[in-house]
Amino acid sequence: MYSDILLIGAGVVGTAVARVLSRYQASLTVLDRGADLAEGASKANSGIVHAGFDAHPGTLKAKFNVEGAKMYPALCEELGVPYSQPGALVIGFTEEDRATLENLVRQAEENDVPGVKLIEREEILAMEPNTNPEVLCALYAPTSGLTSPYEMTFALADHAALNGAKFCLNECVSKVERQDDSLWHVTTQKGEYTAKVLVNCAGVGSAVIHNMISDDELTIINRRGQYYLMDRMNPLPFNMTMFQCPTKMGKGVLVSPTVHGNLLLGPSAEDIPDALDVSTTAEGLALVLGKSRLTWPKAGPRGTITNFSGIRAHEAKGDFVIGAVKGAENAYETVGVESPGLSAAPAIGEMLGNLIAQEQGYAPKAEIVPAPVRPKPFHAMTTQERAEAVKADPLNGNLVCRCEVVTEAEIRAAIRRPVGATTIDGVKRRTRAGMGRCQGGFCSPRVAEIISEELGIPMTEVTKCGGESRLLTGTIAQALTKEAE
Amino acid sequence: MEQTITCISCPVGCRMTVTLENGAFVSVTGNTCKRGEVYARQECVAPERMVTAVVPVAGSAMPLSVKTRTPIPKALIAQCMEALSKVQLTAPIAAGSVVLPDVCGTGVDIIATKSV
Amino acid sequence: MAIEKNGVLHVDVLVVGAGPAGLAAAIAAKEDGIDNLLVIEREHNPGGILRQCIHNGFGLHRFKEELTGPEYAQRDIDKAREMGIEIQTDTTVLSVDADHTVTCVSAQHGVQVFSAKAIVLAMGCRERPRGALATPGTRCAGIYSAGTAQKFVNLEGFMPGKRCVILGSGDIGLIMARRMTLQGAKVLACVELMPFSSGLNRNIVQCLNDYDIPLYLSHTVVDIQGKERLTGVTVAKVDENRQPIPGSEIQFDCDTLLLSVGLIPENELSEGAGVKMSPLTSGAEVDDTLQTNIPGIFACGNVLHVHDLVDHVSNESFKAGHAAAAYARGEATEGDTISVVDGDGVRGTVPQRIRKGVNTSVDLMFRPSGVFRKATCIVKCGGVEIARKKAPIFTPGEMAVVTLKPEVVASLNDTVTVEIERGE
Repeated sequence: MYSDILLIGAGVVGTAVARVLSRYQASLTVLDRGADLAEGASKANSGIVHAGFDAHPGTLKAKFNVEGAKMYPALCEELGVPYSQPGALVIGFTEEDRATLENLVRQAEENDVPGVKLIEREEILAMEPNTNPEVLCALYAPTSGLTSPYEMTFALADHAALNGAKFCLNECVSKVERQDDSLWHVTTQKGEYTAKVLVNCAGVGSAVIHNMISDDELTIINRRGQYYLMDRMNPLPFNMTMFQCPTKMGKGVLVSPTVHGNLLLGPSAEDIPDALDVSTTAEGLALVLGKSRLTWPKAGPRGTITNFSGIRAHEAKGDFVIGAVKGAENAYETVGVESPGLSAAPAIGEMLGNLIAQEQGYAPKAEIVPAPVRPKPFHAMTTQERAEAVKADPLNGNLVCRCEVVTEAEIRAAIRRPVGATTIDGVKRRTRAGMGRCQGGFCSPRVAEIISEELGIPMTEVTKCGGESRLLTGTIAQALTKEAE
Repeated sequence: MEQTITCISCPVGCRMTVTLENGAFVSVTGNTCKRGEVYARQECVAPERMVTAVVPVAGSAMPLSVKTRTPIPKALIAQCMEALSKVQLTAPIAAGSVVLPDVCGTGVDIIATKSV
Repeated sequence: MAIEKNGVLHVDVLVVGAGPAGLAAAIAAKEDGIDNLLVIEREHNPGGILRQCIHNGFGLHRFKEELTGPEYAQRDIDKAREMGIEIQTDTTVLSVDADHTVTCVSAQHGVQVFSAKAIVLAMGCRERPRGALATPGTRCAGIYSAGTAQKFVNLEGFMPGKRCVILGSGDIGLIMARRMTLQGAKVLACVELMPFSSGLNRNIVQCLNDYDIPLYLSHTVVDIQGKERLTGVTVAKVDENRQPIPGSEIQFDCDTLLLSVGLIPENELSEGAGVKMSPLTSGAEVDDTLQTNIPGIFACGNVLHVHDLVDHVSNESFKAGHAAAAYARGEATEGDTISVVDGDGVRGTVPQRIRKGVNTSVDLMFRPSGVFRKATCIVKCGGVEIARKKAPIFTPGEMAVVTLKPEVVASLNDTVTVEIERGE
């Protein structure tokens, strides 16, 4: 299949680039190996929109972080993605930490991050009384924000799709080569795609793709981060994102609310060989809890509803690699986009999308379909709004997920989105059905039924996350006759 | 010979000690009601179990739950399930109706425990 | 029928949940002459979790015969229908307020706001999920709570797996070990963290032993493998602090892990109403009429504390229904109460309060905090023994009940303590 542009990787960066490219007169296909969007680092990170004090001035990380963070409030408003700006503290315990934090404050000034200042113990404890009372001082960053990384990815992809981008999921790229026809030929397990322009936003796989087409070798280190997520029903001990001052001993972990009101602890940082190994380990989880206690002495496993891990694509030289691929014609890339990649994604999308359009001479489309208005979630509605929602669509009266208050209408809508959910996890991330304290125990059979109806597939083909992840192994009739054989 | 068994006649689950002589029941201790003794006598000689299961029914999205009307010999449970797997059922079926008479020659019927 | 006034539907007694608890409460209230009575149920059919408990063993106390779950439920459903009790299904209660306002939603009726003279909370309980255990490993398909698997098999006719390991020895896990085996799957092991099972002993016999399924006590799952569908779990022995012992690992190749690691009363609505909760039972604190700290709001069944026997649920709920009816008729009397507290070896006694000077028998229900053989439960009032019950064994898997006689209850004048005196 031919398209003008072939983009590999449907994470938050890939979809941000795709959304910008979809404004131009060029056909665009996005490939991803996952069964859904955001199946890599974009589904499992801290969800922090970093203020921008952390990245060294002059790096791409700093540039795109600061620019991206500024775009977030308006972008989330436009796309209907949750966003809040509770601010952040980076807490220090020693005079050595103070020096580090003072440095960060200077760095914030250089990076043009507004409002960053150093505050002392009393003020810290007044702002966040559950902080370890041994705290000495902290960097306060009022513009630090929270968002939902996968919901951002879904919204970016939907908007791109409405403007003509074609999303091909479950496509694992095995070969990329430029042939005599001056086109890129991309082989997946399902077939071949050709395109004039190649864009590599493949996250942890980005160096593999890069090295297929460029002699200037890049190395991605798979840095796994493990997290604990706490029940939303527990009172939040902190309003702000609580970072720990980086020391010689390591970077520390964060203790932060999520944009949905859960508490998140993590991440660990382990370099692992397998880019897809998102398992958690007893050691990793213990380390997260242990380190969290430095910020929050009461941190414990009570009240956890899940643990998970994500893999950040750390490029060996440390910075993002963004732009045209060295030594390859008509090829662009975003390699090594680890933290603050989520914060940077909108700015990377604008810069790279527009750069490609300019260099390739694509004219803007005369008309761009605006982002669809995302309806207010049922759980956030007032009683009056709920009454109206059920009048408008009686399926809003069928509550499927009782923990997170998600209706049948919302689940069907999630499957019918431009790049809709096809799996239990896909429905969960788009609607929050199954994200609550019972973790889908009650609602997953019903969600599976709705997926089966909407996609026209048998129940036994419904998967948790694509591939072989089927929920069921057969009917009772099959199992009984098999036993009888 | 003494044998320790747990009574399954009711949820109390009394731990009982049964005395046997040449395979025949002599006495039981540890039971707290009459049912315990009845169970002990049976269990040591010819154990029996209720069998419950779900079976598919043509014309119903929901499976049918069934049970043996009374306990059947424990050794026949697997055969009972095999016999059940060969029964072709069609809705509607009323709770209490016989879905498989005299399962495995036990003289016990398998009956529906709900209506579909 | 509810009477509408200014968009608010007025009822005398509103029962949240049409499982065995809600049905029994409604039947009792109706018996007491409450006609303006409504039961709200979120599922399409009344009957609650009994609908999927197709095994037998229910009703021995109450009906003097052994019934399956659907049969037991049907008796109450039939009775409620005969009595003309209105059960509104497919309706989810969104909130219960301290002022007795109940807001619910359904496709048929939209959002409804009720005002009830008395409310009976009977929402049941839910299963602890994997996340609450913090078990490391992958997050693949094939991991279910036992009740979810039970629903798939018994209500929907699907098999969740072919080769299973069961973590936790709660009753639903044990029941599912047998169910999966009978329906054609292979159950490799049942793994329990504690040195004793949390399920009924009879279920160990008839669900595990009968099918030669090994029970690994003092073991737990330490790793979960499989990128898409589960491919295996690692089980290890634990020490007395419940920490895995290195080197004791056993590997199981399986496609399914069923969890039966505890039930939690489902009290989001109660908490929203401001009902005072007990950290021991995770249910409301109630008096001997099952009334919570909010006058006119009652709680019964598994939402109050997790029971082993539905017969006990029904009995408790009849009491709650009668008390709610009395409250709705304005017969409730407020007065002093005596506290009931847990002593040695006892956890989560319900009720937590007994009204002073009432002439009625009271069942004190609790869970032993450990396994005690040939022990005696002693109830004291102000240090003086007022009741005792001997048992060959007390275990956390079996709820214990001690009944205080009416004359004993009438004379209570000081804090009541329930404790277990260890035997030999």
